[in-house]
Amino acid sequence: MNFFNHFGRYILMIKGMFTKPENWRMYWKELMHQCSDIGIGSLGIVVVVALFIGAVSTLQTAYQLVSNLIPKSTIAQIVRDTVILEFAPTITCIVLAGVVGSKIASELGNMRVSEQIDALEIMGINTKAYLIMPKILASFIMIPLLVIIAGVLGIWGGRLAGTMAGILSPEEFDGGLLSGFLPFNVTFALYKAYTFAFIISSIPAYFGYFVQGGALEIGKASTTAVVASCIMILFADYVLAALLL
Amino acid sequence: MIEIKDLKKSFGDKVVINSVSAVMETGKANLIIGASGSGKTVLMKCLVGLFEPDSGEILYSGHSFTGMEEEERKELRQQIGMLFQGSALFDSQTVEQNVMFPLDMFTRLSYAEKLKKVNEVLDRVNLKDANKKFPAEISGGMKKRVGIARAIVLNPKYLFCDEPNSGLDPQTSLVIDKLIYEVTREFNMTTVINTHDMNSVMEIGDHIVYMHQGEKEWEGNNKQIIYSKSKKLNDFIFASEFLQDVKEMRMREAEGKAPNGKNGSH
Repeated sequence: MNFFNHFGRYILMIKGMFTKPENWRMYWKELMHQCSDIGIGSLGIVVVVALFIGAVSTLQTAYQLVSNLIPKSTIAQIVRDTVILEFAPTITCIVLAGVVGSKIASELGNMRVSEQIDALEIMGINTKAYLIMPKILASFIMIPLLVIIAGVLGIWGGRLAGTMAGILSPEEFDGGLLSGFLPFNVTFALYKAYTFAFIISSIPAYFGYFVQGGALEIGKASTTAVVASCIMILFADYVLAALLL
Repeated sequence: MIEIKDLKKSFGDKVVINSVSAVMETGKANLIIGASGSGKTVLMKCLVGLFEPDSGEILYSGHSFTGMEEEERKELRQQIGMLFQGSALFDSQTVEQNVMFPLDMFTRLSYAEKLKKVNEVLDRVNLKDANKKFPAEISGGMKKRVGIARAIVLNPKYLFCDEPNSGLDPQTSLVIDKLIYEVTREFNMTTVINTHDMNSVMEIGDHIVYMHQGEKEWEGNNKQIIYSKSKKLNDFIFASEFLQDVKEMRMREAEGKAPNGKNGSH
């Protein structure tokens, strides 16, 4: 299958999700279940990644700023902007592409191979709407929240590492954090978060939903889904930066 | 009643179903039999709408399924129950939740009413004390029974069973066959069973359609199958010497010439 076949089928899958739910309460239940899976299930890894990325940014920025002419508070400014603009949305979402993306692809792939999707279809349920839509909506709700948490923790991790290593005082860090702050950077990070949320949920859903074969193919679909999602995240990251900054 | 009229289905150049016509009767176990690759699974998937036929017509109680809009099909599908080869139970749900799922989705019953209905059907399939177990914790035969319970919980008019005996021991196979046959009669359903289990053919084959290389080769019932002159059918059904002996014995029984010791006649 070539790229255009995949793309066409992906678009038809997205289009197929928009039908009236058979039972709103069941769809709501599924949405809440997915919010818990995607949000709470990924919180631990997001916290760890964010803290360490913030900490490493502070140490490496300090390492590169050797001139005494540059105030130490500049380190906090650089850490703040890199965390908000790039690390919190992009790195977090690449990690989530692995965690959430592989889970979505393997869950749907297993349902396809074990005929659970066919069973739902025969009951008269639109499986694209019931199985994929809640995952995408849950990603829209939870991933931006995770990105905000990653941003806050990343900066806090940077502050912690900077003060613990004696690079700069907490007052210097806080001063730098507040100087020259552009609120648009946060808006931009959220634009990225929503774009990446769609990529992280819809691409693995596509690869999982249309899997054919057995356990081996589910594994392959899961890997392909993560790779494709990561590439699309990096591509979208560039496009958004080129268009909006 | 389900009528199949001149159904055709191909995948690329390969013709899988070639001009098949048949009538699946209400209140009977309608068996589609045939060797692997004969097209019986594709035929069943066309019947339930998982595959679209290239041409021909499928009529459910006189209503054309092939000509229906998606919304009409959705309504009809609520009258269809299906037992899958691998049971297709939802892994993350307990037995009770699996059986309750169609009720949750398509009815406005209270939880107590739904639970009562679930317990009734689980009782009907002789499955007690398994409500809180997950599919991974129960045996293959129990999974099939949960699958049947889920398929009949909405009192469907049509029941489809795709190889209900696959992976089961002979004794459990008989139990499942008997159960399907009983619920078919009890709920007056049109039951279509896809099988290549000879016990099923001989025990519950009210109406049998034999498929060979995508075509309907023979049609009849479990009494007539013994006297069939179709070489392809005989080669398929009575493939082993043992089964040929069984055939001859059944024929002698039917003619009142059962062998000594079998029924006491001399």
